[in-house]
Amino acid sequence: MAANVDPQASVPDATLHTESSGAVVRQPRTNLSRAWRRFRNNRLAVVALVVALAIILFAFNAPLVSRYITHVGPEDQRLLDNFGPPSKQYWFGTDEYGRDVLTRIAYGGRSSLGVAALAVIIALLVGTSVGALAAYYGGWVDTILMRFVDIMLSIPLIFLLILVGTLLHVGTVTLAILIALLGWFGLARLVRSEVLAVKERDYVSAAHVVGVSDWGVVTRHILPNVLHIIIVWATLAVPGFILTEAALSFLGFGIQPPASSWGNMLTNSTQYFYHSTRLVWIPGLFITVTVLVLSVIGDALRDALDPRLNE
Amino acid sequence: MGHYLIRRLIGAPFLLLGITLITFLIIHLTPGSPIDNLALNPEMKPEDLASIKKTLGIDRPLPVQYATWINQLAHGDLGISLKTYQPVRQQIFARLPNTLVLTVCALILALVLAVPLGVLAALKRNSLFDYIMTGLATLGQSVPGFWLGLVFIIIFAVQFKAWGLPALPTGGTQTMPGGGSAGDRLRHLILPVLTLSIAQLAGWTRFIRSQMLEVIRQDYVRTARAKGLSETRIIMEHAFRNAVLPLITLVGLALPQLFGGAVIIEAIFSWPGIGSLALDAASTRDYTMVMGTVFFISIITVLSNLLADMLYGVADPRIHYT
Repeated sequence: MAANVDPQASVPDATLHTESSGAVVRQPRTNLSRAWRRFRNNRLAVVALVVALAIILFAFNAPLVSRYITHVGPEDQRLLDNFGPPSKQYWFGTDEYGRDVLTRIAYGGRSSLGVAALAVIIALLVGTSVGALAAYYGGWVDTILMRFVDIMLSIPLIFLLILVGTLLHVGTVTLAILIALLGWFGLARLVRSEVLAVKERDYVSAAHVVGVSDWGVVTRHILPNVLHIIIVWATLAVPGFILTEAALSFLGFGIQPPASSWGNMLTNSTQYFYHSTRLVWIPGLFITVTVLVLSVIGDALRDALDPRLNE
Repeated sequence: MGHYLIRRLIGAPFLLLGITLITFLIIHLTPGSPIDNLALNPEMKPEDLASIKKTLGIDRPLPVQYATWINQLAHGDLGISLKTYQPVRQQIFARLPNTLVLTVCALILALVLAVPLGVLAALKRNSLFDYIMTGLATLGQSVPGFWLGLVFIIIFAVQFKAWGLPALPTGGTQTMPGGGSAGDRLRHLILPVLTLSIAQLAGWTRFIRSQMLEVIRQDYVRTARAKGLSETRIIMEHAFRNAVLPLITLVGLALPQLFGGAVIIEAIFSWPGIGSLALDAASTRDYTMVMGTVFFISIITVLSNLLADMLYGVADPRIHYT
């Protein structure tokens, strides 16, 4: 589940510090092109990138798929054609109401990927700000923010999500906000420990000495140097959030029918095992392949941005 | 390290207090109430609704309700379910053994398989075996648990039956309530445990592999080699122990993840555990039951994290907490 976004998140600070001190300085922004070259040399990652782009293009152009390829809307029912096998007209067959599975997969993908992307953007903003604030100002700001993070990390995420998901009837955007607001804690810890390491560097003191404001120091001198950590977190958070959304929608707390998401397409499929297992296979494979390629990209990005690991 | 642990121990009750506050706020600041459904009944008179509210104690101001709840918790009382009117604690304890069996079996299965697979993958680095294991592990971390459960049901129950093979049961803890034999209970465990353990298994295999690769590079392993020790002794006595140590922390952290995963697995396999209890309670707006289960799971989380830290400190004397 979402918990495997970053398994390091709740490892005690002691272990995080030891890992994080050296890499930051060795990896300034100018090395991004070198990182890209390293990424390009990873053939598996390039394949994954191509597949991911294909899926993203397919999903975000769902209306075009509907109009020019399948010629049916995602909620158009043809009851006489229900449980139809894959055919020239219905590439992936039809579901229990005779709706075209390909069209629903495209629209569902748009919801699932859209929710995950929006959630990651929100979580990035919140997590980075909180982590940077806590580390930069220290003292009681740090104590309050980090104790809050400790508390939230001690409540299993899925319980919180189900809790809020049942109490509020969520739409696509609120679902993204919900996943984001409960998904930034690990990032905040990560950013905090990185910023703690960076803020003692000479160039940060130098910036202070020449009179750069706090805001300027943080945004121009500190954050660019922890950027690689944030990028890697974001790439790995997207697949994690896709899984979270899918699980919530599967359980009926996420995107509500008749709108489709990869998760809620599986909800009803369980009742029709004996008609057609295809309704289980197709959405599940889309989730798995998407999450898989995004994870491979995230791993490759981490290796590319942190060459120490490639010795 | 003693100092650090004492601080953590003192912090734990405050952590739990914070958890209660946040759970309470989330539940009570969202619109709706547990008696919304009763209010839909046209026969229901306003004064009856008011008296039900009064009986359940949900007519009082929120701070009072919170204080009452905390006071109850301090006495080990999780309150009365708003739906079944039974004590929450009693229901949790009735379901707890089922969830524990599920999670502990999944934990053991994942450990027993992950350690040898990870070590082997590391020792045969860049071999076909290594590539296959790494690939499977990445796949295992990408597969949504609920979908994997459905796939297992299709293969081991639906298809096995179609092929005339002995199909595995897919729901409940036993075929006949109360009368299941040990073998029957075991067969009911197979699919849920398998499904629940895959994610941990995959994650740990990758972790052990990278740990092992890290340790093999260390000076003391080179020294052991230079001394002329046999490769088996180097691996088993020097490398293995140090590579596996950090796993203790991960096992501690995995417990809450397993409990979280159990919510979904229990829903798929109709497993009567705490996860399905919480799920049902959430959908019927049974506030006390929801708060009770979340609080209970959180206690387990906090304790297992604490335990993991302590064990790690004991197991690895190099660790100095500050």
